[in-house]
Amino acid sequence: MLDRLLSHDLPRSRWLAAALVLMVLALAFAPFLFPGSKALGVAAKMLVFVLLVASYDLLLGYTGIVSFAHTMFFGIGAYGVAIASTRLAPNFGALALGVLAALLLSLLLSLVIGLFSLRVKAIFYAMITLAVASAFQTLASQLSDVTGGEDGLSFKNPEVLSPSFEPFENPFLGATIDGKFISYYLLFVVVALLFLALLRIVNSPFGRVLQAIRENDFRAEAIGYRTVVYRTLSNVLAALFATLAGALLALWLRYTGPDTTLSFEIMLDILLIVVIGGMGTLYGAVVGSVIFVFAQNYLQDLLKLGQSALEGVPLLGQVVSPDRWLLWLGVLFVLAVYHFPSGIVGRLRLAAERTRS
Amino acid sequence: MTGNLLELKGVHTHIGAYHILHGVNLQVPEGRVTMLLGRNGAGKTTTLRTIMGLWPASQGELRFRGESLRGRATPDVASLGIAYVPESMGIFTDLTVQENMVLAARGARHAGELDAQRLEWIFGLFPALKKFWLFPAGKLSGGQKQMLAVARAIVEPRALLLVDEPSKGLAPSIINNLITAFNELKRQKTTILLVEQNFNMARALGDTVAVMDNGAVVHAGAMRELADDQALQQRLLGLSLGTHQ
Amino acid sequence: MTSAIAALATGAAVPKARFDWKPIALLVGIAALGLPLIGSPSTWITLTVAGLAMGMIVFIIASGLTLVFGLMDVLNFGHGVFIALGAFIATSVMGGMSAWAGDSGAANLVAVFTAMLVAMAVAGAVGWAFERVIVRPVYGLHLKQILITMGGMIVGEEIIKVIWGPLQIPLPLPDVLRGAYLLGDAAVEKYRVLAMLIGALVFAALAFTLNRTKIGLLIRAGVQDREMVESLGYRIRQLFVGVFVAGSALAGLGGVLWGLYQQTVVPQIGGQVTVLLFIVIIIGGLGSTLGCFVGALLVGLMANYTGFLAPKVALFSNIGLMVAVLLWRPQGLYPVTNR
Repeated sequence: MLDRLLSHDLPRSRWLAAALVLMVLALAFAPFLFPGSKALGVAAKMLVFVLLVASYDLLLGYTGIVSFAHTMFFGIGAYGVAIASTRLAPNFGALALGVLAALLLSLLLSLVIGLFSLRVKAIFYAMITLAVASAFQTLASQLSDVTGGEDGLSFKNPEVLSPSFEPFENPFLGATIDGKFISYYLLFVVVALLFLALLRIVNSPFGRVLQAIRENDFRAEAIGYRTVVYRTLSNVLAALFATLAGALLALWLRYTGPDTTLSFEIMLDILLIVVIGGMGTLYGAVVGSVIFVFAQNYLQDLLKLGQSALEGVPLLGQVVSPDRWLLWLGVLFVLAVYHFPSGIVGRLRLAAERTRS
Repeated sequence: MTGNLLELKGVHTHIGAYHILHGVNLQVPEGRVTMLLGRNGAGKTTTLRTIMGLWPASQGELRFRGESLRGRATPDVASLGIAYVPESMGIFTDLTVQENMVLAARGARHAGELDAQRLEWIFGLFPALKKFWLFPAGKLSGGQKQMLAVARAIVEPRALLLVDEPSKGLAPSIINNLITAFNELKRQKTTILLVEQNFNMARALGDTVAVMDNGAVVHAGAMRELADDQALQQRLLGLSLGTHQ
Repeated sequence: MTSAIAALATGAAVPKARFDWKPIALLVGIAALGLPLIGSPSTWITLTVAGLAMGMIVFIIASGLTLVFGLMDVLNFGHGVFIALGAFIATSVMGGMSAWAGDSGAANLVAVFTAMLVAMAVAGAVGWAFERVIVRPVYGLHLKQILITMGGMIVGEEIIKVIWGPLQIPLPLPDVLRGAYLLGDAAVEKYRVLAMLIGALVFAALAFTLNRTKIGLLIRAGVQDREMVESLGYRIRQLFVGVFVAGSALAGLGGVLWGLYQQTVVPQIGGQVTVLLFIVIIIGGLGSTLGCFVGALLVGLMANYTGFLAPKVALFSNIGLMVAVLLWRPQGLYPVTNR
């Protein structure tokens, strides 16, 4: 049954399976295992990133398309929720409307961008998506009436999801049942369902054609698949999933601004995670996101230890400064691209195969 | 066996997953014109490209003047004195005819350093090149481009010329120009390995012939032998080349 | 006997290629159009000079990028690192020399030029290392190239932060370069004139190298058909390293100029300019130096004109220009024909 749930795409490595089970359980019971709002916030961010990066893996790992416009769709989803909650009332109806509008806009934009990928080479396409995303970011900060400009939009959630909603006075197994608690499980359920949907998509005949196109698009075209159509569809699907991730983030943060979703830093983070986690595996998104978000929040403390040890040493001390954690990640990324392009997941699977044979 | 400028023994070439050359054995005697014939897809172009190092040989020996060519980078192969005229001609379309020629003349830093005598000789063979000397090569006609491609290969003396289907799509008068040029080169003791579908040209120029099929050389011998034997032609090339244009 | 060939070159009956004036006409046209729209000639002069200066700086930075792409099909998403490096080196050199230079105008100019030379040297050296370590392993693999050069940029930016700190550093113009020349009512900033001069110099040097030297010939041919150049006996891979290093050095120079233009330097300077660079080389035609030149000047003019006329639109003027040019010429202003 688990096999069918995962669309026959099993981890195929004991270590990977163990890691995944651990992570999923930790996320599933986070409110109980890790009390405190920071911990829950980190867990929620992990969930959002899992979905966001998995949707990008569909595009990059499975279809072989490098796009820098992904954060744009992420932002559209977030702003959809934010604008709807601010303009209309903060209830589920408005939310639904906002999400729907965001999905529609993403659909349109991704279609246009996808059709553009018809005529241009991959590098051209990457550059253009970079320009488009940058323009969109500028647009968002300029249209302050609609988007709140640089300051962004703060808004309330529907009552059930707001922190002030407390149906039960007493904590349950160590966790307070409040709006945040409910929001968290909403996120968890939605992300889980959408991830499984992505697994289903990449393991379907459609997904296999995508992989054929990634390997050799001339050949795929020659066999009779209209690569344009498949690429565009992949583009659209990735955009839609990213939009939903954005909506979830906005719901959790009750705030949306240009830097929470549209910034280039986030695009780089996605790239880092998908490559280090493992391109074309989807599980790489899970493993990568969890590790990355964890490192982003807690590694700094580790690095601080290192820094205090090297206190006084001029350059070396700076190199292990917690603020420079991105340096190490960048080095890891470069090594990953060249030496182990299938990332952590790929390596684990390779090791597992070797022990099997 | 002695007197072979170029020798291939058991050469295999893979392009990706495709196994194109299956053990090619080829001898190219020095100072002679060797014709490489065969149907489309027989592996003739692949053989030339393998010699030039554009595609690496996965197995076998390639020797030029006794030195091994295998594993050498393309520029190093060319530096040994081998000139290559590809089927697509490889003309630099944005550069002028002059610039194309200067580039091909490794010893010349600019047009003034080209061997004027040799250039006059080339102009004699291909007058159009003189006329369009400062014209962007991309604007030349197909036949003129082909002339330029060959002219580039002979702007300086070379030991071996690898020429891939020079007569394709050319008018008979231009083909005659080419035949004259190659005959002149033969007189200068240049060794030529020529891939050609035009059997008239092949017969007019070829001293020895090698016929390829399915990635291997299936017949090698004197040109005269093949030219006189219609049955052999039929068997090797699928039709009587006497009627072939 | 070179007279035969010389006679050829001067032969009356010899047809030559006709130079494509249209994109340059477009540039002049837009400048001319600006005058009535802006109204006052003095403002127009100031804006045009500002636009051309900005364009020149962008050209200096982008020229290396487009050549590297045209020649070896490598798009260096990390090109911005060299810009940042150049700018930060300028802060160190000029800061270090400020005591020595004191108030002397000449000495300060020496400091500025020293900064430029040091920046070019260091950026070139780092470029050499970048090509060896990051780019060379992924020749021909476009996907990996995009990712790995991006990774290189992240690492580079972080290393800059390690050396110079993560905050912005001021890069003040020395007094000798402050102020403006007055052409009637129009104020033309001295620094901008310098930037234009340097840009014009770089363009002239590039044009000369590309058109009058054999190396330039090799580069132009290599941009079209790398394989054929190798078949002619040239080790073009070594040439590529040279071009990459030159491009990085130019980016370093551009970084110094950009830093002085903004009078402040941040580690993210590379990333900020990257999008602009891509727009410029797409407009110009990937691989074309002249296209890059005209494209950069166009972008500079448009940015300054729209910044004055319609500031809200100015932010999108680049993209708008790119779309407009691509609709006219889908391969850029001066397309490079590849086989």
